[in-house]
Amino acid sequence: MDLFSNLALGFSIALTPWTLILAVIGCFLGTIIGALPGLGPSNGVAILIPITFSMGLDATAALVLLTSVYYGAMYGGRISSILLNIPGDEPAMMTTLDGYPMAKQGRAGDALVISGVASFVGALLATIALALVAPYLARIAYKFGPAEYFALYTLAFATLGGMASNNQAKAALASFIGLAIALIGLDNNSGFARFTGGNLHLSDGIDFLVAIVGLFAVSEVFIFIETHGKSSAVGVKLGKVTVPWAEMWSTRWTMLRSSVVGFIAGVLPGAGASLGSFMTYMMEKGIAGEKGGFGTGVAKGVAAPEAGNNAAAGGALVPMLTLGVPGSGTTAVLLAVLMTLNITPGPTLFADRPDVIWGLIAALLIANFVLLLMNVPMVKIFVKILMVPPAVLLPGVTMISFVGIYSLSGSYFDLVLMILFGVMGYVFRKMDIPTVPVILGILLGYQMENNLRHAMTLSGGEWTYLFSSPIAIGLWIAAVLGFVAPMFLRGILKKPPMPETDSTVD
Amino acid sequence: MKFTILKTLGASAALSLMAASTAWSTECIAPANPGGGWDFTCRQIGKILFDIKQVDAPVQVTNMAGAGGGLAFSTVVAERNDDPDLIVAASSATTTRLAQKAFGDATADQVRFVGAIGADPGVIVVAADSPFQSLTDLVEAIKADPASVAFAGGSAAGGFDHMKPLQVLKAAGFNDITAVKYIGVDGGADAITQTVGGFTQAMTGDMSEIVGFINSGEVRALAVLTEERVPGFDQIPTAREQGYDVVAVNWRGLYVPGGISDADFQKWADRLQAVADSDEWKQAMADNGLAPFTKVGADFQNWINDVIAQTAELSREIGVIQ
Repeated sequence: MDLFSNLALGFSIALTPWTLILAVIGCFLGTIIGALPGLGPSNGVAILIPITFSMGLDATAALVLLTSVYYGAMYGGRISSILLNIPGDEPAMMTTLDGYPMAKQGRAGDALVISGVASFVGALLATIALALVAPYLARIAYKFGPAEYFALYTLAFATLGGMASNNQAKAALASFIGLAIALIGLDNNSGFARFTGGNLHLSDGIDFLVAIVGLFAVSEVFIFIETHGKSSAVGVKLGKVTVPWAEMWSTRWTMLRSSVVGFIAGVLPGAGASLGSFMTYMMEKGIAGEKGGFGTGVAKGVAAPEAGNNAAAGGALVPMLTLGVPGSGTTAVLLAVLMTLNITPGPTLFADRPDVIWGLIAALLIANFVLLLMNVPMVKIFVKILMVPPAVLLPGVTMISFVGIYSLSGSYFDLVLMILFGVMGYVFRKMDIPTVPVILGILLGYQMENNLRHAMTLSGGEWTYLFSSPIAIGLWIAAVLGFVAPMFLRGILKKPPMPETDSTVD
Repeated sequence: MKFTILKTLGASAALSLMAASTAWSTECIAPANPGGGWDFTCRQIGKILFDIKQVDAPVQVTNMAGAGGGLAFSTVVAERNDDPDLIVAASSATTTRLAQKAFGDATADQVRFVGAIGADPGVIVVAADSPFQSLTDLVEAIKADPASVAFAGGSAAGGFDHMKPLQVLKAAGFNDITAVKYIGVDGGADAITQTVGGFTQAMTGDMSEIVGFINSGEVRALAVLTEERVPGFDQIPTAREQGYDVVAVNWRGLYVPGGISDADFQKWADRLQAVADSDEWKQAMADNGLAPFTKVGADFQNWINDVIAQTAELSREIGVIQ
């Protein structure tokens, strides 16, 4: 079979001591970069680009190093989500919802192990899927036009209602605030600046990294100052790390389902890992129902988003390699690296440069096993970095946030904006308004609006165009169900418990 | 404990220094994130400048993304106006935005354009199974019913990719250009997926964006917008051959701060000419689908002024500027 001879070719390229060393270095740096709030996979990869060039690495070696960092950052993001309630990067946002409650219950070790294994399962399955089906899967992108994308994003927002189960109105308010923020900047369809007040810094819109770091990390600092550290997230203790086999086994279907959904979300250009982790979390929450206890610190709540976002990371490589369309910010940076190495991604890349492709796939498989070792048995090393006394850690987090955000555009303006988001996050937390929907609004609002406007341009303003394909209709039905179902489910669950309802353990 | 965090902080500080250091003698600002045309321009020209010994130390590339290049432009004008060791990557997008006043009040005469040493030819492509066999087929279809054809391109509405089909249509005598449908997606490859998927009927972009798709047979190029056919792609006819006198190339070049002396300006013009003449640059152009296009010094400045005037006029017609 072709696959095995191709894989053999890949391993013959990737299994040299030099590339293995690069993979280990990349995984280690990636995990740290992922764990540090504000530094996500895209900055991580971008920061390392000059290093790869100055080391004179060839195409395969450079790709091994950078994709190890990429996968490593996807793993590492969960560590600060669980321990600090600050997502290390944007896809790890959903992991805070159950990971941090678990840590507060003294089960930080369990959360780290389960999420680490989930990351491994997601990333491994995605890498295998990448090897098997990438050339065919690329064709999915041809089926998604503006109407389909708009329906997809609507689905994401329709399921939002179920997220803040205590108050749907507040979640809706938060997501509309996020969507409103996404309107700031140059309007892609007319070229006019909107809500920028003539400020050039605002004409590209607001970077969601600025919003994330502000809303999560900076607001954490304010809470910490106010309460002198009493009700702050920082300072969760990590005891002995053991492997909770039974609990992990109970999440096996969650991990598998989430890997599949995450991978598909990754393959769709523009959807990316954040949507992957979001959709998988909402899906698993829906499957578990109210009794699943999602949001209170359950194993499935950390397994789903981590399997989902790591699978999406692999999935995002599919359109990047086969179409040259980056599925996420990080793959956009990787795409840039490929171009500088004189490799033009596109439909012929698999045929033209099998050494690069299969070397990359082999390297990803190796990186995955290295990362599993680093993130489960050796996770304490990374935890130590975050587990220093709050009085030391918090200024450190603040500094790294400032450095990370400053490196985005080299402009103080983003720092001011970040502090404003910090104040906003502080106020929202005082008023018990969830901040995750704000981020999702900023993240998806631009694409959602653009696709709606494109659909209207193409159809000449005919709104039925939005329902003109089977895929779009399917997504709309899922969106309506996702919005309506929780209301009915809640009604049913409020009735006295039925004797035959069996008890799902966890 | 403290040692660990110090190491971490040290590492991150060192990493960010590497990313943002400005301690080198010559600096090239790429007004966008890594990847894409401007970053390529800085990295390739910077590397060749050092390799052919036109500069003494490696050229430091700084990525200053923001406002589609406007942030870098205003920073150069306001803070670095007399820095003789600074070059900034530029392309057709720079002049398009200047013509449309997209950089606030900034105008093209606030900096000095050194030259262009290569260009990515404009192309108009359709899906392989499209009924349009020539640019004339496409133009006639739009003349008959403007709503029947939608273009996808990698720049926002009013951007350079949008201008290309409009220039062709104007050359064909079709003046109702606001009726032409255009959607601006995220990059040329995305525009191609929309076109191959049948959501739009044609794609407008640069040659480098379509090479892989041409080779795989998924799209057909109807026309290339150059003066002559592009070497290596001799099968693609020019728009000119088909009776539409339009040349639209995405040139790659540099500008320098407006306040430097004529001697310093000339020094950069000579250096850029040396890069253009080098074998390394010819190889880099061939590898990246660029066509030869060399205009350096005063010639280039005049050409730029003409292009900006034309773009401003077209932009007024489609309503992007008043």
